Amino acid sequence: MNKKSIEPLYLLLLIVTFLLMGISLYLIFIVTPTERTMGEVQKIFYFHVPSAWTAFLAFFIVCIASIVFLKTGDAKWDKLAGSSAEIGILFTTLVLITGPLWAKPVWHVYWTWDARLTTSFILWLIYIAYLMLRSYTADSERGARFAAVFGIIGFIDVPIVYMSIRWWRTLHPSPVMAGNEGSGLAPEMVRTLMVSLVTFTFLFCILLMFRYKVAMLKSTVDYIKSKMDS
Amino acid sequence: MAAFRQIFAILRKDLLLELRSKEVLTTMLVFALVVVVLFNFVFDPGAEEVKVTAPGILWVAIVFAGNLGLSRTFAREQENGVIQGLLLCPIDRSYLFVAKVLGNIIFIFLLEVVILPVMIVLFDVHIGGAWPMLLLVLLLGIIGFASVGTVFSAISANTKSREVMLPILLFPVTIPVILSSIKSTAYLFAGRELSEVWSWLRVLVGFDVVFFVVCFILYEYVIEE
Repeated sequence: MNKKSIEPLYLLLLIVTFLLMGISLYLIFIVTPTERTMGEVQKIFYFHVPSAWTAFLAFFIVCIASIVFLKTGDAKWDKLAGSSAEIGILFTTLVLITGPLWAKPVWHVYWTWDARLTTSFILWLIYIAYLMLRSYTADSERGARFAAVFGIIGFIDVPIVYMSIRWWRTLHPSPVMAGNEGSGLAPEMVRTLMVSLVTFTFLFCILLMFRYKVAMLKSTVDYIKSKMDS
Repeated sequence: MAAFRQIFAILRKDLLLELRSKEVLTTMLVFALVVVVLFNFVFDPGAEEVKVTAPGILWVAIVFAGNLGLSRTFAREQENGVIQGLLLCPIDRSYLFVAKVLGNIIFIFLLEVVILPVMIVLFDVHIGGAWPMLLLVLLLGIIGFASVGTVFSAISANTKSREVMLPILLFPVTIPVILSSIKSTAYLFAGRELSEVWSWLRVLVGFDVVFFVVCFILYEYVIEE
């Protein structure tokens, strides 16, 4: 392990993400036209949707890493799943914060028990439970297995959150991504959204890499400590 | 055939144990009644909205009591090393899962059969000719719940916080089944067309199948020593 400098890959990712963030902000606030009926507040859109996308991605990684962990038994997949879940919760929290901020001026309420909102909230609760489970299991090998099982079963609910706005009637607009013809978004807005999505995905990758590294270092430290004690 | 015999042997053990102690069923039933009574305070007596909320009250009582029963049945497994004994048996782990799920489904279904007439009397619900359909919904509603619950009760029993962890794990994950059960029951209580009920029943069956299959595959990782 290199002690002095950041590894080149990290550095490259950092620089790219930083640049992308600048470009996104420029596109969102300067270039893209303001939405006619909602006004400035619609700009939240470019943070709200990418956060949701990133959260889905994070939980997808939790599920895949959990499956691989159960198959191989290699602890690094467990660490990856745990790291990804933490970041997923971070972005779900952002969705749940930006949503009401946007909803208040547009729908005149912060919250409504609408399918999409409710299911997002449930998703957040599922992964909070996931993290709680991880911290409450004493025996770490077994705990990792439990967490993996819960991570896989919990992920079953994720597609429902995405599909919920098509299955139920809801206030929430149609999905833009992979979406319906009725999303009615101006081409400039779609472009800005795409750039913002890429930015958030890069941000997610960086956070995941650092969090994963910390998790691996922590397990190394724990191992050394246990060696020293015995 | 051997599979059926093995599943039946474990199921028989669980049922016999319950028949003699009656511990789980009574606890569940009394708790469900307490929940129903508590909900009574939420609404004015005789108010029209009580009928609208009756399906919700019924299912909240069922899943709360079910949660209690699930954690109890697994805790019983840990006493005197029963689970070690079961793991030593020359049985496929997935048969063990099927037997456990069947046991839990039977316990919760018995609870439902008792609590439903109570609900009908207390909340003045009219079911009419929808009896068989309602029983079907009551049964389908707990298959997914019991499948996930069987896996999660084994998990939570091995955490530091024991039973406390089970509802936190179980309820958010099983919300799709609980929701579609409530909706189907509400349509039946309101005397709606079967085709409308079917729209939610379809979702319920879908989740039952998905949850059962996934839990069936994953169970062995949970009870492995």
